[in-house]
Amino acid sequence: MVDRGVPANFGLSFATVERQAALLALIALILFNAAVTPHFVSLRTFNVNMTQVTPIVIVAVGMTLVIATAGIDLSVGSLMAVAGQLAPIIFLGKIVMLPYPVAIVLAFIVPVVATGLLGFFNGVLVSRYRIQPIVATLVLFIAGRGIAQVLTNGNLQTFREPGFQWIGLGRVGGLPIQMLLMLAIAAAAAWALRRTLFGRQVLAVGGNERAARLTGIPVARVKRRVYLISGLCAGVAGLIVVAINSSSDANQVGIGMELDAIAAVAVGGTLFAGGKASVIGTVIGALIIQLVRYTLIANGVPDAAALVVKAVLILLAVWVQRRGRTA
Amino acid sequence: MTTDDPVGTGTPLLSMREVSKRFAGVAALSGVSLEIAPGEVHALVGENGAGKSTLIKVLTGYHRKDAGDVLFMGQRFEVASPQAAQAAGISTIYQEINLVGLRSVTENICLGRRFRRFGFVDWPAMHAEARRLLKRLDLSIDVRQPLDSFSIATQQMVAIARTLGFSSRLVIMDEPTSSLDDREVAVLFGVIRQLKAEGLSIIFVSHRLDELYSICDRVTIMRDGRTVLTRALSGIGKLELVAAMLGREYRSVEKEGATAFGHKAHGSHASLLSAEGLAHGNRLRDVGFEVASGEIVGLSGLLGAGRTESVRLVFGADLPDRGALRLNGRPFVPREPADAIAAGIGYCTEDRKSEGIVPDLSVRENLTLALLPRLTKRGIVDEKAQRRVVNRFMERFGIKCSSPEQAVRELSGGNQQKVLLARWLALDPQLLILDEPTRGIDVGAKAEIQKLIRELADRGLGVLMASSEIEEIVEGADRAYVLRDGRTVDCFAGERLTAEAILSAMAHGSEARHGAGDAGNG
Amino acid sequence: MTRAAAASLAGRYGVLVALLLLIVFGALRYDHFLGSFNVLSLLRYNSMFVLVSLGMAFVIMTGGIDLSVGAVAALGSVVAALVSPYGPWQGLIAGTAAGLVVGFINGLIVTRLRLFPFITTLATLLAAKGTALLLSGNQSVAVSYASGFTDIGQADFLGFPIPAWIALLAYITGSIILNFTEFGRTVLAVGGNEDATRLMGLRADRVKMIVYTMSGTLAGLAGVILAAQFGAGQPIEGVGWELFAIAAVVVGGTSLMGGNGSVGTTLAGVLLLGLIFNILNFENGLGWISLSAYWQSVVRGVFLLVVVVMQAKLVARQRAGHTS
Repeated sequence: MVDRGVPANFGLSFATVERQAALLALIALILFNAAVTPHFVSLRTFNVNMTQVTPIVIVAVGMTLVIATAGIDLSVGSLMAVAGQLAPIIFLGKIVMLPYPVAIVLAFIVPVVATGLLGFFNGVLVSRYRIQPIVATLVLFIAGRGIAQVLTNGNLQTFREPGFQWIGLGRVGGLPIQMLLMLAIAAAAAWALRRTLFGRQVLAVGGNERAARLTGIPVARVKRRVYLISGLCAGVAGLIVVAINSSSDANQVGIGMELDAIAAVAVGGTLFAGGKASVIGTVIGALIIQLVRYTLIANGVPDAAALVVKAVLILLAVWVQRRGRTA
Repeated sequence: MTTDDPVGTGTPLLSMREVSKRFAGVAALSGVSLEIAPGEVHALVGENGAGKSTLIKVLTGYHRKDAGDVLFMGQRFEVASPQAAQAAGISTIYQEINLVGLRSVTENICLGRRFRRFGFVDWPAMHAEARRLLKRLDLSIDVRQPLDSFSIATQQMVAIARTLGFSSRLVIMDEPTSSLDDREVAVLFGVIRQLKAEGLSIIFVSHRLDELYSICDRVTIMRDGRTVLTRALSGIGKLELVAAMLGREYRSVEKEGATAFGHKAHGSHASLLSAEGLAHGNRLRDVGFEVASGEIVGLSGLLGAGRTESVRLVFGADLPDRGALRLNGRPFVPREPADAIAAGIGYCTEDRKSEGIVPDLSVRENLTLALLPRLTKRGIVDEKAQRRVVNRFMERFGIKCSSPEQAVRELSGGNQQKVLLARWLALDPQLLILDEPTRGIDVGAKAEIQKLIRELADRGLGVLMASSEIEEIVEGADRAYVLRDGRTVDCFAGERLTAEAILSAMAHGSEARHGAGDAGNG
Repeated sequence: MTRAAAASLAGRYGVLVALLLLIVFGALRYDHFLGSFNVLSLLRYNSMFVLVSLGMAFVIMTGGIDLSVGAVAALGSVVAALVSPYGPWQGLIAGTAAGLVVGFINGLIVTRLRLFPFITTLATLLAAKGTALLLSGNQSVAVSYASGFTDIGQADFLGFPIPAWIALLAYITGSIILNFTEFGRTVLAVGGNEDATRLMGLRADRVKMIVYTMSGTLAGLAGVILAAQFGAGQPIEGVGWELFAIAAVVVGGTSLMGGNGSVGTTLAGVLLLGLIFNILNFENGLGWISLSAYWQSVVRGVFLLVVVVMQAKLVARQRAGHTS
């Protein structure tokens, strides 16, 4: 047997040229910026980039799991908006006034549970009714944003609520909470994908659904769960975004987020056909995209050009993936 | 067209000589020769991997031959695409109707030919043409309806009508009767005779011996990429035909130990599984068998006889239309593979690639995939226990790979099969279903696997083994059932379990048992 | 008629019935619902979505998808606005051509590089948006009123808004192409069974190439109308248009798997979804309820859900019927 590269000792079964290329690209970008871009190596730059990339990573982590089962979730942006609307409604007491600590706690829990349920709904459509994921999640893409808008009649909610905004603005040991959350969620997902029964079943379902069924894996249940998780991630990301902005606009929160998440997953090397996924790759992918954007802007290139570059990156990443498969 | 001589009178319509084709170093066709006369119905038979489909693909432009000559209508024939083959006069009717079901009958017949009026599609002319072609086949349907609103039999007629519209001279029919009932088969044969009378030739690919004898003139048998025999069907008996297909001398019986199965089970054990009257879809009509613990039961039969369909029903991968299963004496109704697994049944599928391995996962993952829930504590996979299981089986089965972390798709066929076998044995099942357990595996690995199976049976495992290899069944099985066209036609054990008996049952069906009174199964 | 056939008919023409019911409902309930002002402004505004949905319908019928149409419309509007000082025709052609180019690129990537349409058009969406922003300098580009360009969007012809005429023309042409040309029939064949279509000797790749180009062109044209109607080329517009178009096509009864479809029912689907907005406005005006316009998204989503579940059940029943 030809030894195609034994992976590192922690048994990752995903050591491919693509991921190493992504990591190298990221490092190259960082070095390039350190050399060329003024003030790159500073805390401020770090914070700015982190703030922008954190919600994307969190959503992309959920998206990675969904794509690993050969599915897709277009509703994440709209779910973010739903969560972003529900939280202020709760802690501002718009429906019912609650005692302070209770309100804050519920403002964290209820929105995430809500988006989780909506995600579960997506999962049911895909598994029980066998609707194509793109169509199934399209429903909530449309209706979800509508729900968010209806909750506040499209009105902006502004607030100053340190207890809640801590999730976006607070720090622990000098590091932003949201960054720690992002790391925690990514780490948890990566670990779950590798070490838990559920994680392995996700990869089996995506890798060969027929074989998975024949080995007794509850395919429908696995699929419902990944969409549930994607919904939960979207909820958390939504909370962070509105916390950072001190405002919640149902029309704006999460717009385009599904594209950013999908792009991060694609660049990170997870296959759209399912069966092979890397949460770490997704994180790297998101960082690459973010850094490319930053590199361009900081060096005077219009933001719009970054979009074009992002597009090329995605196409390149997917094309390389396909070449790698057929080789 | 009744001579024994392979060369008919007059110029052949098609003449293939010494055609060869290799794929990645493996010879799919070696020195194949085939001759079809005009107005002949020529049967093409052979088991899986014999090269029939490659031959057809070379004829229809899917593949380019590496060597040899092909003459069609007296001219050198060299086509690069199915469209070109169709234009040249060779059409194919596939087993899966390769037409567009959602489109109307007219479109399926006429698309690709010009029917224009002022640059636009001339619907009335197209409909008229479609009706005219169908009338030649004695068929009168509403051609404006979508194709898939008609039965498969009618859809096949539409496919034939399409080839007529393209003025085909040679029509290749690939398993045309597999989805038809007896009445529809009779209609199809009527059409074939009509086409024959008009001078068209037909290459008829099928495994249904009775049909071949009733409609075809001559037969060419393929085996291992070669054409081994061409004879008029009136000059060869069914038994000899089957024997030639399987590469056996039909008069002698070999019992030298071509397999590594060794001894047979003795004594009787408790009945583990019993199946009765199983039916499913078009393929299975009435199948029954029994497996006792510690016993290896073989399911034998030609391609398409219903072996895989039967075992899938036992495993809960499909749901039977009729019939009953009993496990350890109690009714057993699996609705999902998970049910069968929970009941202690394992199923090593026929097709490793599409239903067996998860290609990107490692050897370790694939091996323990079905066992995973039992290796899990509070949702987390116990990797130490997992590794123990993997090492144990890797050693026991001699699985060769660079490490357990290697992606399973990089392993050889034999090693992949071992991984899959280990997957099920790791569950410590009471019944193991094997479907073509040694297909596509080198001789060494084959022997190892066969030896393993016998050892496990000796320890009490019940084994239901479907195989197309006669030796495997004769030497490995304690008892063997022969399936033919979806029915169980006979069962052999002990002294009576011989290659000749199996061949005979495959060839003649229950005629062999009931004598001339029973005309067989269609 | 078999149950399956009846169900399939309902799937395909149900939207027309629903549309009719909605119109009747509106006519009975609201004053001025059928008045010329309402009807004409409805037609004028929705003409953009109508065009985009037509292109999307063709792409979906081949079994593909085009997520870039919204961004392409934005790009088209920007290009048209930039060229508008030279004259109305110039602006129109320029904007439409911009869309054609992007559509052509989509077609190339899908047929030559064989990347999935989903990811391909996702990428071109970003590229088109970026290009639109670059060309416009990140802001709206005012259209030249002097050249008469705005007539395309704001003027009437024989009492009907010009955009509506354009959309109507496009639909009639589209319907003729679909039903009466070999190209149109091949589009449906490709979506029904691409392999069989190739085996039948038809040029599947060429057809796919053309439908993506068509989709881009129509999106560009929609962008021209956008610029002309609102007086400015807007690089950030078009968000969500592709999903509106997909929803309209699906609600109209076309399956996302391809192989089946009708131009007429797509039109009905667009009008249906557009009408929901209209009716909500009227309902609010009546004062019985106070439903914000945002409910339209919810209602559209529900419509889509119902249609999609019905389609899924239909497919499941057909599949079951065919395995015996």
